[in-house]
Amino acid sequence: MPKARIHPYIPNGVPETKQEMLQEIGIKTIDELYSDVPQKLRLKRELDLPEAMSEQQVRHHIQTSLNRNRNTKDMLTFLGAGCWPHYIPAVVDNIVQRSEFLTSYTPYQAEISQGMLQALFEYQSMICELTGMDVANSSMYDWSSALGEAVRMAVRVNKRTEVVVPKIIHPDRYATLQTYIDPLKMRIKKADYIRETGLINLEDLKNQVSDKTAAVYIESPSYLGFIESHVKESAQIAHDKGALFIMGVDPTSLGVLKAPADYGADIVVGEGQPLGNHLNFGGPLLGLFACRGEMELIRQMPGRVIGMTATLKGDRMGFCMALQTREQHIRRERATSNICTNEALCAVASAAYLALLGPEGLRELGETVMIRTQYAVSKLNLIEGVKTPLFKSQHFKEFTVNFDKTRKRAQRIHQTLLKEYGIHGGKSISKEFPELGQTALYCVTEVHSKDDIDQLARGLKAILEEER
Amino acid sequence: MFRQAQWNEKVIFELGAKGRRGYFLPRVEDEVSKLAGNAANKLPKTVERTQPPKLPELSEVEVVRHFTRLSQMNYCVDLGFYPLGSCTMKYNPKINDALVGVSDISELHPNQDADTVQGILEILYTLSQWLAEVTGTYEVCLQPCAGAQGELLGALIMRACHKFNGDVDERTELIVPDSAHGTNPASGTMAGFRIVVVPSNENGTVDLKALKTVVSSSTAGLMLTNPNTLGLFEEDIAEIADIIHSVGGFLYYDGANLNAILGKTRPGDMGYDIVHINIHKTFGTPHGGGGPGAGPIGVSQELAKFLPVPQISYDKKLSRCYLDYDKPQSIGKIRSFYGNIAVLLRAYAYILSMGSEGLAEAAEISVLNANYLVKRLSGIRGFELPFAKGRPRKHECVFSVRLMYKETGVSARDVAKRLLDYGLHSPTTYFPHIVDEALMIEPTESMEKEELDRFVEALKKISDEAYSNAELVKKAPYNAAVTRLDEVQASHPKTIALSWRMHQNRNVIKAASS
Repeated sequence: MPKARIHPYIPNGVPETKQEMLQEIGIKTIDELYSDVPQKLRLKRELDLPEAMSEQQVRHHIQTSLNRNRNTKDMLTFLGAGCWPHYIPAVVDNIVQRSEFLTSYTPYQAEISQGMLQALFEYQSMICELTGMDVANSSMYDWSSALGEAVRMAVRVNKRTEVVVPKIIHPDRYATLQTYIDPLKMRIKKADYIRETGLINLEDLKNQVSDKTAAVYIESPSYLGFIESHVKESAQIAHDKGALFIMGVDPTSLGVLKAPADYGADIVVGEGQPLGNHLNFGGPLLGLFACRGEMELIRQMPGRVIGMTATLKGDRMGFCMALQTREQHIRRERATSNICTNEALCAVASAAYLALLGPEGLRELGETVMIRTQYAVSKLNLIEGVKTPLFKSQHFKEFTVNFDKTRKRAQRIHQTLLKEYGIHGGKSISKEFPELGQTALYCVTEVHSKDDIDQLARGLKAILEEER
Repeated sequence: MFRQAQWNEKVIFELGAKGRRGYFLPRVEDEVSKLAGNAANKLPKTVERTQPPKLPELSEVEVVRHFTRLSQMNYCVDLGFYPLGSCTMKYNPKINDALVGVSDISELHPNQDADTVQGILEILYTLSQWLAEVTGTYEVCLQPCAGAQGELLGALIMRACHKFNGDVDERTELIVPDSAHGTNPASGTMAGFRIVVVPSNENGTVDLKALKTVVSSSTAGLMLTNPNTLGLFEEDIAEIADIIHSVGGFLYYDGANLNAILGKTRPGDMGYDIVHINIHKTFGTPHGGGGPGAGPIGVSQELAKFLPVPQISYDKKLSRCYLDYDKPQSIGKIRSFYGNIAVLLRAYAYILSMGSEGLAEAAEISVLNANYLVKRLSGIRGFELPFAKGRPRKHECVFSVRLMYKETGVSARDVAKRLLDYGLHSPTTYFPHIVDEALMIEPTESMEKEELDRFVEALKKISDEAYSNAELVKKAPYNAAVTRLDEVQASHPKTIALSWRMHQNRNVIKAASS
């Protein structure tokens, strides 16, 4: 039997130290400290887990597993749909890897946690500048749960029972919303879209909204990538019936697209992942949540909010968690939300990312994304049988590619593209939107060069011509 | 002597200068512009942004310096003792951070074909099996982003099962002890239940008599952490489970305190039906100043069919992993995609590093450390250990400074603030609510005896200070980045400033030298 080893993570595992501490406590064995755990409940065997590995083995073991993946850096990929590839400047990773941020807890003790508090306050403030809102919280889990929380907030504000969402919405987002509001016994209504443009059908929206409507939710850019130009009218329809207007955004579009406040949004939600956070196979993400500055809205907000203050002596400004009386650790069953652990470090990444880009960089990002998207659309449209996009609207970052005229299934084309050309195409949405036929949702950002897009076009062309 | 950095660092909006920038994008190739035209110029006026967002304008080096200075004003586990009760601030192994930093994980897209992500799917599948083993549950779902989201999911699953059984309208009540974490009642309310509070008995555990009087056919379930928030093992847990099950309710395990019992006993074996695991506590992943964490839940066989989609499954015939969406009774989705993968991968690495023996040793030493502190702190003037004296604590202990407060006016808050001056983070304060002037202390297995002794010595000194010069303690801290802050002002409707623009519009927070 090999000699027992002291685990590097457990300093007091040394027998002499243990002995000394047991003696101080006045007992002989650690087992005595478990004397109150009934014998019949004790696990009388070891957990069925692997034996401890050294760090060297752990690294090798995990790297070997991960080598079986093909990541988007070594495989040309055109996926978005809820998680988007963007270039992340080295500074961002460098900042969030600082252990002072990484290994700290929620800043309950404000005086010794000013760094995190100020960084989060700056994140909140930058989200406010992007959206035009007055207040943002310091993060929700992701866009989907942020939407769920936003609708719940609307219900707290106006005590109504219905919510209207667009028919074109990410299925995960819709399903999460359903889960979040199911206990409220609310009804979700879907407003139809105009077949030709994809835009929200205002006539239908008007019919769906009534004095039972707690909130109307609209996204721009939409799930299928087109820029929704009926936002202002939608907000008006909501407000006419006394409903709140919630807008969903991709924040990378806000250097070129109008701020939600300018449409009259009351609450803004969105996905912060594209602001400096890696794909990480879809998590962690970063839920954006912002609202107008009226106290009756602020008091109903979910989540942690950092506020500015000063020292009691009055000699310095400082930051601390604000409005904690809304939160679970104080208000318990009457809290506005149960959220406690959130995505703070992702918010710091986004703050650093936005600080690097500044207003000019953000505009450049939005323009680059749109131009490259337009280039991809033009290139793919040259391929016979391909129709892109399906909707006659301007697109940002994502667009539908329809293969109906090729008489090939989108999934089959996708497989060939992946297996024979090593290119990962967009996400098939044929099941999500059967009425759109054999269609995939492609994503192009600043990470896709001309060569990348040309390569995709060549691959698709070859497949479709060859199979003809 | 501890002194935290005191950069009088301006808010980022006050730094930089017009025109500076920290990053520029690759130029768009001419052919691209030619074919695409300037798409941005074609935007309809109705959607175009005319006023650029007022983001800061900084050079790269200014951004780096700003956030580096901020980081120096932030205490963390890598600097020292962080005994926040119920938060399990154990060491976060560096290897785990290194592993998630590689593009084989960071650049994986969740919508990739299953064939291209077999490595990560296998890791996640295996992790879910391991967590089921650790908790004694049938099936584990990795999706929840945090413990509280695990709780919400668990409560929704109770609801789904009652619905499946046809009595959901009757099952309106969720029971929580008065010592429960605040998330328990908050999650229960979100899931649509009315919260019924059951009191603790004089030993600090669930009062069985009281419990028997509140259960009924309206009971949906009971949420209970074990060991509880006083650090006491609920030794009647088997009977509690029987009481809840006898009326058709479910027993929910709040996993915040799982660290104490790893490899010793399992929630599933105690009779729990649903268990959440705080990955960022028990499995040593960094808390990131508040997140991201991960809060997987494990459930009994009866409840597995209600878990969210997709479940990561393994096809034995094809020997490959896949995402299983075919779960007709599933409650649906609680988030996008499959979980906080970068956090979960760290937990997988942690379990590999610890092994079964290491996990059990972590539990033992965390308990040893807590009881060592109980012993050493017990003699300090003004400190009392309420409830069940003489009974061993598990991973944490709760002291009350009620006496000190009465005798000197020095409160738990003051003690907490003064500890910061000694370069130690404070314990959790004013929780659980059943203890006056509470200091809830969780040392974890990561702290060496010398650091524990340093903590004891600091508290002794603070007690001396309280009884000799109370004002000194009441005005602490002195050595942190700022002196004591006015937390009331931060929330007052007249002075509240939750963003830079709100501050500028109102400009009511003022400080002499800033």
